[in-house]
This record gives sequence, structure tokens and C-alpha cells, in this order.
Amino acid sequence: MEKVKLFATWSSPFVKRIVWALKLKNVEYEIIYEDLANKSPELLKYNPIHKKVPVLVHNEIAICESLVILEYIDETWNDVCPLLPKDPLDKAKERFWAKFGDEQVLPSFFGYVMKQGKDQEESKETTLAHLKRVEQLLSEKKFLSGESFGFLDLAFGWLAENSRPLEVITGLKLLDEDSFPNLCTWKDKFLEIPAIKESWPDQETLIAKYQEIRESKGK
Amino acid sequence: MVNEEVILVNFWSSPFGCRVKIALEEKGIPYQYIEEDLFNKSSFLSAINPIHNKVPVLVHNQNPICESLNILEYIDETWKDLAPPFLPSDPHQRAQARFWADFVDKELYEASKKIYRGNEEEQLIGKNEVLRILKLVEGEIGDKPFFGGDNLGLVDITLIPFYSRFYTWETFGNFSIEEECPTLVAWAKRCLQKESVAKSLPDPIKIYNFILDLNKYLAK
Repeated sequence: MEKVKLFATWSSPFVKRIVWALKLKNVEYEIIYEDLANKSPELLKYNPIHKKVPVLVHNEIAICESLVILEYIDETWNDVCPLLPKDPLDKAKERFWAKFGDEQVLPSFFGYVMKQGKDQEESKETTLAHLKRVEQLLSEKKFLSGESFGFLDLAFGWLAENSRPLEVITGLKLLDEDSFPNLCTWKDKFLEIPAIKESWPDQETLIAKYQEIRESKGK
Repeated sequence: MVNEEVILVNFWSSPFGCRVKIALEEKGIPYQYIEEDLFNKSSFLSAINPIHNKVPVLVHNQNPICESLNILEYIDETWKDLAPPFLPSDPHQRAQARFWADFVDKELYEASKKIYRGNEEEQLIGKNEVLRILKLVEGEIGDKPFFGGDNLGLVDITLIPFYSRFYTWETFGNFSIEEECPTLVAWAKRCLQKESVAKSLPDPIKIYNFILDLNKYLAK
């Protein structure tokens, strides 16, 4: 029996994509929720360099960095639900956009949502420009990975997942249907995928948890 | 390999582009080299890399591939029958190689810039960060000749271009990398025995002079 452990937090978009991948591949695993203010000795042992989540531990060997973990999962459990395409050029494109997402889109999006006043206005333009690029990716495709969902959809899943909850909490309409018709359609399709829909926390729980954080910060 | 058009768009001092040169040379893939002027970027570059407008870009049969580590994996997968493979077949080992390549890629260049571009305080921070990174990576060689085992692998190709910059870092930072990381420098010298590396690495003095000139240019 293979032993699979995932070191996680409920809120990390980098963790969530791993949860989805494991579910899509029907991999049984144990999830360990970390308190990032008080990291467990196990986490520090398995990820001494970055000391972050997610960390996947498979038969006592640790794999760190979420995109590396996704490729590992795809290669190890390769008999069900392939995530990356076989063609090297298509693979290169997905890897490129996944990196762009993590390094540019995600930070600017969350930055925009968390900021106030002038800072928020400034990061709005950058965020919208990034989202437009992702919108263009969907111009001739159902999913970011093509006709069916895959690696790149999981990599951008944080956008689908957090769009409505953050809209409810902040009142900021982030993905509006007029400016981002493709993204809105993609978002709804993505959230309907059973493995995504059934993963915890779901949309309502996310809203409640974000609300809790907001209230505890006195907003 | 008939009718394959392979173009590498690069700038001579880029350690990222150097990785791609080594990879192409290792696989023995014929390619056309285009030197881009980074101070006067061409419309060609923005056409093939509209998102980042950076080098290196590999253009294979008119398809551009960007981001050096991405290009390395693309080369490895596309010309997979050309020995040697940059990545092992075992998923755990592949994940380890990707992790370390990613670590070097994300941290080393930025840390090193502090040494040759920062003030005194930043220089010290940069030096310590660079040494921390190199010592961590050095630990992964073990008793193999290369990170990839008997042949150059992803981590070797990702890291070795920075060897051209050791002289610059040591001169600005007033320290010896060989003293601090003897295993790593021994590894680098072994890499240089490989024709693909010797052909591809820019001359360390040329790099040093370039950085001096660049610092003057940026100070204006």
C-alpha cells in the first residue's frame, strides 16, 4: 500500500491544485494541515529549503514546489486522467503559462484584492492586463489545456475558485462577463468538474472563512 | 532531422541562453544563432516572445519556446533519441532534478546581482545568499561526477553557466568560491572538460568587463 501524505493549509492555492490532482487520479492520501506560524518538525524535515506547503511525501520521499509536484503526480499515476499533453510543444506551452500564472497573474490578482486606495487602483491595471492574456488563451479552447481540462487548468484553478468568494467579501467584481466572457465560462465549467466540486473547502466554506479573517482584522 | 529549423535567439552574456547552447551542443543539434542586442531589442524578439520580450528563445520549425528551463525540457523531449537524456526516467529523481533546477533558477541570479550592483551592505547580503545557495546545491552532487550522474543533467546545465560569473562575484565580493565550495568548483571543472560546455561558456574576464560597463551605463 503506497503511503501518500500532503502537508497543506486550507487557504493555499498552491496546495489546492495538488488536492485536485490527487482526487482526479484517485490517489488515497493523508492530509496534514499546518499552522504556518508554528510549522511542524515534519514539515521542516521534508522541506528544509523553503519550509512551505504544499509538500507531497510519497513512500517517505518528499517532493516540493507545486508545479513540480503536479508533474510528479502525473508521471507516477500515469494510468488515469493524464494532466499534461504528450506533445513536447504543447507541454512547453502549458509549462510556460503555468509559470506566468504563478509568477505574474496570481500575485497581482491577490495583491489587487488585498490592497486599498491608490495602491489598489495601480495594481488593477496590471491585473486586468494579465487576465486579458489568460482570456486570449481560451479564445479557441474549452479549457486552458484544450478540449478537456488538464495541467494548465489546475494551475489556474485558484482563479476559478477564488473569484466569487473574493467578490462577495470585497465587493470588487473581478471577472465580469463583458470583459472576460471566456474566463467566466471556463470558471463555471471548471468548478463543475466533480473532483473540483467535491474538494474541501468548497465555495461557501471559502466565503465563510474569508469573512472570518476579515472580521478578525476588524474590517 | 531533415528539414528541422532550429534557431536560438540569445545575448552572449546571458547565463540563461548559455544553458540552451549547452543543451543543443550536447544533443548535437544543428542550429542558427541570432545575437539579440538587449539595449536595442528587435521587433523579431517581441514577436516571438511577446509576454516577456526576453532571451533566450528557441524557435523550432517556426514555433517559439520561451523560458530557459522550459526550453531544456523541450529539447530533451523532442530529441529524446539523441543521448544523453537530461532527466532520468524515475519520477522521484525527475522531481528532485526539477526542484534543484528551479531553486537555482529562481534564486542565484537575483542574489548575485547584489554582489556586483549593490552597496556595501547589499554586497555582503548577496555574498552570503550566493554562498548559501551554492553550498546547498553542492550537497546534491554526492560522489557522482555530475548532478545528472555520468552525464550532464538538467541541474548541471542550469547551473554551470554561472561559473563564468564566479570571477566577477569573487572580485566584487572579495571572496573565493573555491575555498568555500571546493566540491562545486571541482564539479565545474569537470563540466568544462565537456566540449558542449567549453564551447558555450563566455569568457569570465569578458563577463567581468561587461558587468563593469553595464554598471557605468546604469549609473547614468
